[in-house]
Amino acid sequence: MIIINEITKSYNETQALKSISLKVEKNELFGLIGPDGAGKTTLMRILTTLLLADSGEAKMDGLDVVKNFKKIRHIVGYMPGRFSLYQDLSVEENLHFFATVFGTTVDENYDLIRDIYHQIEPFKTRRAGQLSGGMKQKLALSCALIHKPKILVLDEPTTGVDAVSRKEFWEMLKKLQQKGITILVSTPYMDEADLCDRVALIQKGEILDVDSPQRITEKYPHRIIRARSDEIYRLIQDLRAYEKAESVFAFGEFVHFTGTDDDVEPSELDDYLHKKNHKNVLVEEINPGIEDVFMGLMRSEQSQSQ
Amino acid sequence: MKEEIIRVKNLVKKFGSFTANDNLTFDVYKGEVFGFLGANGAGKTTAIRILSGLSSPTSGKLNVAGFDVYTETEKIKKNIGYMSQKFSLYEDLTVAENIRFYAGIYGISPKRRKEKMGELLKKLEMEKAKNKLIAGLPLGWKQKLAFSVAVFHEPKIVFLDEPTGGVDPVTRRKFWDMIYEAANDGITVFVTTHYMDEAEYCDRVSIMDAGKIEALDTPAKLKEKYNAKDMDEVFLRIARASPNPSEGGGQETITNE
Repeated sequence: MIIINEITKSYNETQALKSISLKVEKNELFGLIGPDGAGKTTLMRILTTLLLADSGEAKMDGLDVVKNFKKIRHIVGYMPGRFSLYQDLSVEENLHFFATVFGTTVDENYDLIRDIYHQIEPFKTRRAGQLSGGMKQKLALSCALIHKPKILVLDEPTTGVDAVSRKEFWEMLKKLQQKGITILVSTPYMDEADLCDRVALIQKGEILDVDSPQRITEKYPHRIIRARSDEIYRLIQDLRAYEKAESVFAFGEFVHFTGTDDDVEPSELDDYLHKKNHKNVLVEEINPGIEDVFMGLMRSEQSQSQ
Repeated sequence: MKEEIIRVKNLVKKFGSFTANDNLTFDVYKGEVFGFLGANGAGKTTAIRILSGLSSPTSGKLNVAGFDVYTETEKIKKNIGYMSQKFSLYEDLTVAENIRFYAGIYGISPKRRKEKMGELLKKLEMEKAKNKLIAGLPLGWKQKLAFSVAVFHEPKIVFLDEPTGGVDPVTRRKFWDMIYEAANDGITVFVTTHYMDEAEYCDRVSIMDAGKIEALDTPAKLKEKYNAKDMDEVFLRIARASPNPSEGGGQETITNE
């Protein structure tokens, strides 16, 4: 449904995208996972025909993003990262405006947005600028869907949104997927990777890996050991001072440890921490999560480039 | 004995008929990392603005760093640091100029400033970037610098309003290393975040919903109380997203924009 072939884009000296290739299948919920500056927005703007690539080509439902840009705009719904609706128009005025621009009516496609729009309908006369963050997000999504797009492109829809609203938003995306829409969504929250069918981990204009979230974590070759004690700050310090420590970082109430080689045993860390007088020590090997993999891939990228 | 650095008793803040902070009572101890969580629009930003002397409460008794929030706001401002998600650095000034600017605002002597700036640039490994414009720096560097500038005048308390949005997982954790270090040096850290794993790094966490504090305890005790496997679950149980924008929402978004 989306084919990206060796797309490159630079802004002056900064290479935002370094020859990216990627395919998104029909009706897939596909995630672009990476921090700010990874190139997620640039890629999405190229796919939505708002920006030209320096080289390479991309197709949306068989249509070329350069030659067929007008047709693409009719089959793609785009929700940019910054709130881009008219703040001075009311909720319903915004929706009608977008419907009219696409030559359709709200009634004609109401079915698709009903579940989402229903939640903000009580406030349809309120100006968009006066809505809370979660409400704005729902209105923006309704406007992106009003012309019944085949492909939905969402640029960091959950950034700065609280955990409850984030969860609701992903539930809405799942429902839209069930209605046959192909969804490309970007996020800096690594935990949201697990909610996608497949993800591309992206960093500094390069794709680190593309796969299902399960396979990405399964195929990670290194051992992750997690540790806990009563003093987390001292625990981090002590583990970093351990001779075979490669990477030591806090993960919630635990600290994740990767050794310089994979034969570091949990038992030897346990002994070491007891010698350092840590109380309530727990050390165990665990399966890596998406964040562990991302951090591991970032490290190997860095060591290759040095 | 734990020393209270922030004392809040019956804080109420109203905007017209809307109650943004509905009778909040809590203390924050010296040197602790205090997590201030809540859904968008729960009233967090309103409370932070009051605690940092930028807005006055409708009613309640509040003492911050030993000063009264009604009568001693200027003294409060000198004794706190503040960093927001929208970096408080000037993009078209260099690294050194930003540090000089903030040091000047807080009345740090040129001699002391020079010493401290040298130490800071060395610690941040930014000596070579000293004369570069902020606009061209990677996001992670900006964040570290914004934090360092916020604590440059050695405040008693530093307020961090969603400091880690949008950075990669390594940078996000390195940022927390700096937070721990500051707390270890005796600075009280008052932090808001949407990353629930970061709630686990706090000594104590309060969770706000619709203007009220619904829970306040250590992450371990909160998990036990709500029978939850992590803070994400605790949060989801307490903070139900309200479909009504008049219950919060609006105000917080407006102040952020």
